[in-house]
Parts: sequence; C-alpha cells; structure tokens
Amino acid sequence: MIQEKNKNIALTGGAAAAEALKQINPDVMPVYPITPQTPIIETYAKMVADGEAATIMIEVESEHSAMSAAVGAQAAGVRAATASSSQGIMLMAEILPIASGSRLPVLMLVSARALSAPINIHGDHQDVMFVRDSGWIQIFSENAQEVYNNTFIALRLAEHVRLPAMVIMDGFQTSHSVENLEILEKAAARSFIGEYNPKKYLLDFENPVTFGPVGLPNSYFEFKRSQIEAMKEAGIEYENICADFAKISGREYGYFESYQLDDAEKAIVVAGSTAGTAKVAVDELREQGEKVGLLKIKLFRPFPYKQIAEALKNVKNIAVLDRTVSFGSMPPLYSEIIQSLYSILNTQYSIQPYIYGLGGREIFKEDIKKVFKEDWDNKEIKYIGLKENE
Amino acid sequence: MTDAWKNIEEGAIIKHDIAKSPRTGDWRYMKPKVDKKTCIGCGQCFSVCPEAAIDYGSERKADIDYDFCKGCGVCATVCPQKAIKMERTSIGA
Repeated sequence: MIQEKNKNIALTGGAAAAEALKQINPDVMPVYPITPQTPIIETYAKMVADGEAATIMIEVESEHSAMSAAVGAQAAGVRAATASSSQGIMLMAEILPIASGSRLPVLMLVSARALSAPINIHGDHQDVMFVRDSGWIQIFSENAQEVYNNTFIALRLAEHVRLPAMVIMDGFQTSHSVENLEILEKAAARSFIGEYNPKKYLLDFENPVTFGPVGLPNSYFEFKRSQIEAMKEAGIEYENICADFAKISGREYGYFESYQLDDAEKAIVVAGSTAGTAKVAVDELREQGEKVGLLKIKLFRPFPYKQIAEALKNVKNIAVLDRTVSFGSMPPLYSEIIQSLYSILNTQYSIQPYIYGLGGREIFKEDIKKVFKEDWDNKEIKYIGLKENE
Repeated sequence: MTDAWKNIEEGAIIKHDIAKSPRTGDWRYMKPKVDKKTCIGCGQCFSVCPEAAIDYGSERKADIDYDFCKGCGVCATVCPQKAIKMERTSIGA
C-alpha cells in the first residue's frame, strides 16, 4: 500500500541523504566536513539545530575520529551514522574493518570522489573501490531518489545482518544536483526501519561484554569465516528488504536495474549517475533499431554474482564502464562481471573494460553512444573522454 | 563434527568475565603505594588509570586493584598531593 502522504520535493543528493537521516533520526552522528560530502552533514546539522531531529552531533577533529566515535557509539548500543568522501575515507580506512569485524551496523553516506595525488575534489569511484574489501555493505545510487531510498534499505540491511553499510552517491553529479524526488511519510519510514535492538552492547550492565578483544591464530580465522557468512546473508536478505520497501514506496527495487536488457545484443554495465545518461543513449539507439541495453549496479558488496549472471547470460557483447582504476590489474567492476559470467559454461562472451570519468571528467550521452558503436573484442582497457593531442 | 565458526561469538564480542581475565598485575615491577592520609580523593588518578584499576571506597581514598595494575605510574605522576609513590618490587608482588 503506497502512502498517500508521500510528497514530492526538490533536493540535492546530499540533502536527500539528510532528509532520510532526519526520518531515521540516528542517536549519534560524529562528523567531519569534506567536499563533496559536506552538503549531507551541513543540511543535517541545520535540521538538528532547528529541532527537527534529536541526534547528538559530535564535531570531531578528523575522519579517523569520526569513524572511531561512530564505532564507539554503536558498540555502546545506539544507532550511529556519519558521512565522508575521498581522503576522509582514506583516513577512516583503519577503523572500517573494526566496524565490520565487530559486527557494528554503522551507516555511512558517501559522496564518492577522486583520490589524491594530484588533488581533485570531483567525483569518481576510487575512494569507495579502495575500501571495497573492508567488510562493509556497499550500495550505489544513480540519483537523489536512490540516495534517499538506499539510506533506508542500507540501514535495515545493516542492522539485520549486523554489518556496517555505505550508501554511495557520485560526488557533485548527485550530491550537489537538485532533483525532484518523493519523500516517504514519516510514520511509514519509521516503521520500515523499526527500533534498534542490539543483541550485545557495552551499556548492557546486566550482561557485560568486551568488544575488540585479541583474536590470535587459534580463533581469528573462525571470526573471519563467520563474517563471510554474514555478508552472504546480506545478499539474501537484501531482496526481502527491497520487497518491503516497494510496499511503502511503490518503487520496485532489485539487486540491480535492467534497462532494455531482454533482447539486447550489446549491453553496458555501469554504476552511479552515469547510468542516467546511459539510459538516454540506450533510448536513442533503440529508436534507430539497435538492440542495446544497460545493467545498472546497485548492490556492490555483497556482489550479486548469480543474479547478474542470470540477467546477462543472453547478452554476448558486454562493456563494463568503471569509474576507477585498479593499478596493475583490471578495473574492479569489470573483474566482478567476469567472475559472474565465469559460472556460465559453454558460452563465449566478449567483455570489454572501459575506464571513464576519473577526477570528474565529463561523460556525455554521445560518448556512450560511441561506446556502443565500438568493437568490444579487445581485452585491453579502453578509455572514454581521455584527451588526445590535436 | 560441526564447523567451529558457527558457534563462535559474533563479532568477537565476548562475555565479560573478570574471573577468567588474565591477571595483568603479574607484569608489574613498580608498585604504586597510596598514602591514605595524604590522599584527598580528588579523582585525578582514577580518570587517567589506563587499566581502570583504581576505585574509591566509602572513605573516598584511591584504592588500587593490584590484580590488574600494571605499575605504569601515571597515577603517581598526576597526583597533586604526591600521595602515590612507586616502589620497586619483584614481578607480580
């Protein structure tokens, strides 16, 4: 049943994240500003100052402290959230596996940005891909609406499997662009996330526990194995949570979005805001009679290998567009797609890696149409929008 | 046979059991001694003790739990009354 009180408003992706946070009303939010994440925390800080949310905001001295304080608050037994970008995430990196290893469902909004050097404040996916093995759930968002939706889905998933989660939006393209989106009615949003009832927490004086003990060679391996299982469980539960979310939002939601894939002969795989541009390119090429399609990544960790293999199994020609580099190797999304299709035997696929948009380099509809017209049999990485000498 | 990881404490969050805790006081070779007459119960040593091994009894004087005090001496350094003295001792004494 879709709530009649859902309303439409125009917000930046950052403000959409803050709007979702306001409805979640986390207990503690340790924050440190960094471009292009700042719109999230400054919008939220204003909401708190105006009495619209009752979160304790801690203005800490660094991102390392922000993540440490979030871990501490969550371990104490409350909901903690934070937000960051780029170098901020690099500084948090030490604490990220502590949050996941201690099974603390911290929520982080990420406005993805390039990494230094050279210094660049614009959008790409190098920061979030750098921490893809930190044990966090990672969900990509195409636009402000998805940022809003994913914030709820990520929180519920995180708390269900007791793992931290990142909601990722593209720096500037999404975080600073104003778009129209639909906001849930508060009561529906509140009931979707429910109360937070941790099983074990530090302020439970009746059942005292120790967080972060040593795990030496005789126990560490088993802790990691059980963490692997939690990620697996997240991959299963994600679908149920999305189904619940569809009930209150009227928006069908899946592991990924298939766009004109059913009869596609050529398809591109992409994550983030570029999927929006790619859909227009697909539409225009379809009008010209070309059988092209798109698969947009949403859930990236855990990666839905089986479901993606099923969606792509009939598309023989695939191009994977990564907005990041894995130096000395193939880009990460490309590697995941290869991994997904590896399970399908006796089929020869042609899969082409592309790198685009590093450090905020523009990617236009015409660039994507050009990609569709290229040959995809070369296993060497191709680049979109890389300058050439005149 | 069952997989051991299925029964392990989730997130390595373990039940706090003081009786099973290793007696870290065994590592100590410098022992803080509190002069209860000089101690004014200001609480400064309490707040800096890295082992949380200092308590205040009903008499409001610093009381050190030698089972866990490692003898780091921070309490003696911060004491404004110089009421805590570090004494060399044999290990664990």
